[in-house]
Amino acid sequence: MDTSLFIIQTLNGLQLGVLLFLVASGLTLTFGIMDLVNLAHGSLYMIGAFICASITLWTGSFLIGILLAIPATALVGLAVEMTVIRNLYPRDHLDHVLATFGLILCFDTLVQIIWGPEGIAVPLPKWMDGQVLLPGGVVFASYRLIIIGVGLAIAAGLYFLVVHTRIGMLIRAGASNRTMISALGINIKALFTGVFAVGACLAGLAGMLVSPITGTSIGMGNEIIITAFVIIIVGGIGSMKGAFVAAILIGLIDTLGRSYLDDVFKLVMNAEVAETAAPALSAMLIYIIMALILAFRPQGLFPPKTR
Amino acid sequence: MSIQQTEQSKPSSAGPGAASRSGQRLNAERIITLIILAALIVVPVAAYYGDARYWVDLATRLVILSIAATGLNFILGYGGMISFGHAAFIGLGAYAVGIPVFHSINDGFPLIASNNGFLHFVLAMAVCAVFALLTGAISLRTRSVHFIMITMAFGQMTYFAIVSIEKYGGDDGLTIDLRSEWPLITFDHPLVLYGFCLASLFVVMYLVHRMVNSRFGMVLQGAKQNEERLRALGINVYNYQLTAYVISGIICGYAGALLGNFTTFISPEMMDWTRSGELMFMVILGGVSFLFGPLIGAAVFLLLEESLSRFTIHWHLPFGVLLILSVLFIRGGLSGLLQKLGGARDR
Repeated sequence: MDTSLFIIQTLNGLQLGVLLFLVASGLTLTFGIMDLVNLAHGSLYMIGAFICASITLWTGSFLIGILLAIPATALVGLAVEMTVIRNLYPRDHLDHVLATFGLILCFDTLVQIIWGPEGIAVPLPKWMDGQVLLPGGVVFASYRLIIIGVGLAIAAGLYFLVVHTRIGMLIRAGASNRTMISALGINIKALFTGVFAVGACLAGLAGMLVSPITGTSIGMGNEIIITAFVIIIVGGIGSMKGAFVAAILIGLIDTLGRSYLDDVFKLVMNAEVAETAAPALSAMLIYIIMALILAFRPQGLFPPKTR
Repeated sequence: MSIQQTEQSKPSSAGPGAASRSGQRLNAERIITLIILAALIVVPVAAYYGDARYWVDLATRLVILSIAATGLNFILGYGGMISFGHAAFIGLGAYAVGIPVFHSINDGFPLIASNNGFLHFVLAMAVCAVFALLTGAISLRTRSVHFIMITMAFGQMTYFAIVSIEKYGGDDGLTIDLRSEWPLITFDHPLVLYGFCLASLFVVMYLVHRMVNSRFGMVLQGAKQNEERLRALGINVYNYQLTAYVISGIICGYAGALLGNFTTFISPEMMDWTRSGELMFMVILGGVSFLFGPLIGAAVFLLLEESLSRFTIHWHLPFGVLLILSVLFIRGGLSGLLQKLGGARDR
């Protein structure tokens, strides 16, 4: 096996995992605290990417694009929370699924009306668009390293926010026992709105970061949202730590599975069968993991302590 | 337990006024039902001889989707099991027609290479039964949102499995060159196909009606309301739910086989999770745990889709808004709404 290729694929997996964490962290917060199944979380990822792409093309600067698109995505998140999502909290999961499914249809169409059916290619600034020579003679795209760095920094920031601040204490308390913290006089409505907006920002940021690599497209949110759900189920609903570990795990498993599963299969079966079976299985791999987790450890890897 | 569920359980509680309440409900429901049934029989025949094939096709699609929605309603509405992966059964059913036909034209797989309709439909139902048994056995160990997600995961697995089999078209889908062959009738005649679908719908609805009102159905509905109480009564809820899940899968597989015959083109796209969402929407829109709910839901869904898409290519926008509004404001679906209008005073 080629070592440098393996390192590159591992880094790619890490980069995917970090992006997935940005999406899943917001999802696990809203799920854990508000008990809300938000399928439309992926739409915020898409919205963030499109807003950032427009601003980038308009101003010519990717950084300005990101800096302006983050508050813009937060505003979209606030608007959605106040008009639709807020009314869903007292409902059951079935209503959540249906109403947020409706939101997806709306968002996808709105984006199509505003930006047209075709996606946007986002140019990278020159200084980000290079390659880095890593120790060991591995050449890797510097932008992907930047994504990993930004993602890890945000993960650390979120960790600090959740574990060491008063807001974080409320968030954790909300995930453990919602009724109790509202009985203690905490303004739960404001907390919910705030958490939703933060989640929207994080998802939007993930979309912005990924757009120079894949471009923006209308279905992009619907692909990642399902993976994000897999992550929060595997990690344990409501757990930030679980979301981080599971996101990195799923990112690595998915990337490495796609590149090495056929080699593994060739060890135990003939080449022809391996070449048909491997792509099928690598696409299904993360769902298989989720099904296994749900069957044997339904609370996830790191469930928050609940009462 | 949600508020919605307790609300729905109200009419079934015996007490003073219960008889008159159900009497009023029957009237409102009966009239609507008769109108729909009459339309289902008259409109396609008239359309066919009036040279408006479009309406025959629309009615066929409606009836097939109604069968699938009835299958989903059986576990979702009556059993409270929110399956988010039922499109997989429809897809499997359709491929159970497509793959044998593919092999009967191109060589290979002699065991199932055939155009025989009996083989297609038995295969569709058998595959779905096995798939439902395997996935249901695992899924039903979980509850609430975990159940939604694990059923979706199995749906996605099926989707990616079919996508990766390039022999049967993979992502591009598979054209079914020949429809299922039957003695005496031919599916190539649109009215015959439609009649077959409609008869199937009636049979399925009758069977579901019988099952819901049997001891089996009572256990299922009881488990939705209070699982622990049933367990305390010594009933193995898991076995009942698994049986219901398998039956539901078989019904959707059957609908899938019909759909394959109708569209003659199948692709993994029909198993995408958004399709499962649409199917769920039909059930909820029509009103869960009403026999005619799925039919009403599917009818409204298709008519909305058709009429909105005539006005604008962006029809998903008003459609999504209507979906959100219906969730927020019409509890108990359209059937529930009819009920309320029929018996507004005793609410």
